[in-house]
Amino acid sequence: MSPLLQVAGIEKRYGARIGCTDVSFDLYPGEVMGIVGESGSGKSTLLNCLAGHLAPDAGRVIFDTRHMGPVDTVTMSEPERRMLSRTDWAFVHQHARDGLRMSVSAGGNIGERLMAVGDRHYGRIRAAALDWLDRVEIDGARIDDRPSAFSGGMQQRLQIARNLVTGPRLVFMDEPTGGLDVSVQARLLDLLRGLVRRMGLSAIIVTHDLAVVRLLADRLMVMKDGRVVESGLTDQVLDDPQHGYTQLLVSSVLQV
Amino acid sequence: MIDIRDVSKSFTLHNQGGAVIRVMEGASLHVAPGECVALTGASGAGKSTLMRVIYGNYLAASGSVLVGGLDVARAEPREILRLRREVLGYVSQFLRVVPRVPTVEVVAEPLLALGVDPHTARARAEVLLRRLNIPERLWSLSPTTFSGGEQQRVNIARGFAHAYPALLLDEPTASLDAENRAVVLGLIAEAKARGAAIVGIFHDVEARERVCDRVVDVSGFTPVVAA
Repeated sequence: MSPLLQVAGIEKRYGARIGCTDVSFDLYPGEVMGIVGESGSGKSTLLNCLAGHLAPDAGRVIFDTRHMGPVDTVTMSEPERRMLSRTDWAFVHQHARDGLRMSVSAGGNIGERLMAVGDRHYGRIRAAALDWLDRVEIDGARIDDRPSAFSGGMQQRLQIARNLVTGPRLVFMDEPTGGLDVSVQARLLDLLRGLVRRMGLSAIIVTHDLAVVRLLADRLMVMKDGRVVESGLTDQVLDDPQHGYTQLLVSSVLQV
Repeated sequence: MIDIRDVSKSFTLHNQGGAVIRVMEGASLHVAPGECVALTGASGAGKSTLMRVIYGNYLAASGSVLVGGLDVARAEPREILRLRREVLGYVSQFLRVVPRVPTVEVVAEPLLALGVDPHTARARAEVLLRRLNIPERLWSLSPTTFSGGEQQRVNIARGFAHAYPALLLDEPTASLDAENRAVVLGLIAEAKARGAAIVGIFHDVEARERVCDRVVDVSGFTPVVAA
């Protein structure tokens, strides 16, 4: 099996300050990787470089495309990258409003992604929207409501539906459960876990919540000051952390 | 099936003055298919540590930990996860589950992860839950609110759902009544009969004597502390 994503020597600087540097890893189909670290550790910068939202100053992000095989997404043209981000990639933002169009109905939010990849059949688009509302546990009767009328947890689930409807192979998630109530978080995590497994998705999840990665991630990368300080199997990194910073991170979690 | 050679394990506490705690040295263990080996030794001697090293949950400092031909001490995360899916089962002392997931699905999950069709997986889960005397009215509920003994039995059902060629059992009969203890010993005997290599911790001496072929005292792997 060949990697879906090969990341080599990624660096992003903000002037003299390091955003992230020297990040390399391979992600295989079906693998879910968590990136943890405190605010300012460079994890979101890295995610944005990988997803094509930021141009890295150095390094390669090679994605195994369906039609052209492995392609460096850093050097590909903007239209090509935009197409990739609609078909093979998905990006789940921390704040649902960043990933949704708040003035468009729930069904429209889901359908828009299908139309962006060329679907024009109204009945089929609406049926797909209904199917996806059901999969993310939103009542189909709400299809014509705007997301502004939804609760935070529902908005987040709608954002996930909008992202997954086109059957992407790689999902980037930035703090997907941040800002939600704990009970809402549990439901969302359970949903994400099921979707990731059933669809065989690969995912990269940035979070500062170790409980989230324990539940969702196969493997973990720990970042500090823009660098990866430790990586490995999720439960091994959390239960037997080798680096001083990871030990601090793990021992700082309050036990309930 | 399980072949551990000269394994050592230490913990370096970077935030406590870099103190190094050596917990294991020169640990070697060989378990053949169909064999059940009990780890013994006083509390703190390193029984659970050795089990965790075999499962890849703790990182061995040196030595090799071969399970079904894969060196867990050096393997990639995805290789270890595949080993855990297909080859190596682990029944821990405590059940750790995702909130909201019904008991029957918790038990069926190892089979679903292997791609077994949901119908067959569920049927197998139900057979095990029935055998372990978990009342049918509880199957559709999450086990998070169950009693300690019930959770332990759900955990065992889950651990035996797939016919793993290698199994790690951490106190599988603790907190069980006589009837359920007999069921668990029966499951272990059946696993041995089909050729599973088993490593277990059994404080229950009678249970140990019934199912284990050999005893390995892990005190022999405790590092000698210089005076």
